[in-house]
Amino acid sequence: MLPAHAVGTLKPEFLNLSLGMIRVGLTILMASIFASCHTASAHAELVSDRQAELLYLLKHDCGSCHGMRLEGGLGPALTSSRLQPQSVETLAMTILQGRPGTPMPPWHPFMSEEEAKWLASQLKKGITP
Amino acid sequence: MKAWLIVLLLIFQGVTNADCLTRGTGDMGIIIERASGSVLVIDTSAHKILSRIEGLGDLSHASAVYSRDERYAYVFGRDGGLTKIDILCGKLVKRVVQGGNSIGGAISQDGSLIAVSNYVPGGVKVFSSADLSLVADIPATKTDKGKGSKTVGLVDAPGQKFVFALYDTGETWILDMKHPAKPVLTKFTDTGRLPYDGLITPDGRYYINGLFGEDGLALLDLWHPEKGLHRILDHYGKGEQQLPVYKMPHLEGWAVAGNQAFLPAVGHHEVLVVNTKSWKESGRVPVYGQPVFVMARPDGRQLWVNFAFPNNDTVQIIDSETLKVIKTLKTGKGTLHMEFTPRGEEVWISVRDKDEIQIYDTESMTLKKRLKAQKPSGIFFTDRAHRTGL
Repeated sequence: MLPAHAVGTLKPEFLNLSLGMIRVGLTILMASIFASCHTASAHAELVSDRQAELLYLLKHDCGSCHGMRLEGGLGPALTSSRLQPQSVETLAMTILQGRPGTPMPPWHPFMSEEEAKWLASQLKKGITP
Repeated sequence: MKAWLIVLLLIFQGVTNADCLTRGTGDMGIIIERASGSVLVIDTSAHKILSRIEGLGDLSHASAVYSRDERYAYVFGRDGGLTKIDILCGKLVKRVVQGGNSIGGAISQDGSLIAVSNYVPGGVKVFSSADLSLVADIPATKTDKGKGSKTVGLVDAPGQKFVFALYDTGETWILDMKHPAKPVLTKFTDTGRLPYDGLITPDGRYYINGLFGEDGLALLDLWHPEKGLHRILDHYGKGEQQLPVYKMPHLEGWAVAGNQAFLPAVGHHEVLVVNTKSWKESGRVPVYGQPVFVMARPDGRQLWVNFAFPNNDTVQIIDSETLKVIKTLKTGKGTLHMEFTPRGEEVWISVRDKDEIQIYDTESMTLKKRLKAQKPSGIFFTDRAHRTGL
């Protein structure tokens, strides 16, 4: 038999779930606003859905080594300040080709050069996915 | 008068809300919600979520151990946070940020000490399990860049010991905490290149490091540490092109069935089978992708395997007798972790991208129930409290 409060503790959970959904909604919204701002730029071919996908990949899959907040883990931090000395092209190359001799794998099977450059430019700007 | 009643009512309500569950915890567990820094407390008999505990920080790579009374869980977060939670009261008891970036931890044999291994700064810190006060600080060897080596694969071992590996400098250390004020270290500097994780056999005798930088694994017999480390399976992967690794495998747990042990092969779509008497390879099972977790059902009859990106939408089940894949389940993208109920009739699987936990019957290998969870990752049931190395 559960004490009465056990039912009560479920309430915040539903609240959180709906907050979570709002958060997800906001992220998508922000990603699309961001994307629409960007369509005028050189990366016009990247549609907003794909940008959201890349950011999701960055957060969860790159995040498994670099940390979900990109503050580092087995792999180094990918914060804006740390990446400043490197050009977008170099970073994109590292993303696409990986770093031999380290666990950093090549991501070229999963993204184009344009996409890697877009991701690199986002990292240099300092995003928190 | 009325106002007093309302105040009294509010106070009373506050008291009941602070109340805790009155029950045993043997069929309870926690699920990490990696993106929201929260933990779900669950009931494995009723298939229910009992409470959600929030405020645990960055749980993007999190694990947990239990106090021996199975009431408290200690959660190790990516941001260096060590959080003690009370699963009966559904609340956070204490949280300390003990390092910059941590990877996991362990509880001592007697339950009095919690050890945490850190990427930043490298090394291990040991805390009192009662109040999370610092008991010992063990810095790691410095790399040639002047930073402490990342420490990985931290486990508890019999005799109030902890064992762990140094990723950057290729070492294995035994930390003896019998006398907490006087920690004793035994160091082995010839582990091999880039040990990425470690595990200990359920009896607490053998510690094994997986190596990322070269083929094979490093084995240490804790009954005879004087004999040092020796390499096992050093031929595996030789002459074969290693595939890029999109997620490091985990050696947590020790998948043993009879005298066979099952391990994820790094950079290969294979599960390795090892004879635990001779430590020689006794087979390989081709699987769907690069394995991340290879988990044995408690009776050892089945092995459940999940995979690294981009194959992380699948779980395969291997029959430990025939070494054949007997079932492939499409669980969904972001299938991150699996946990068996204590006697193995069910397995709970976290599926990140679907925001759900899937509960499977292991006999029929069919889905029984789904539970909602926000970006779930690690699942930890309380029976871990009484198992060495978990």
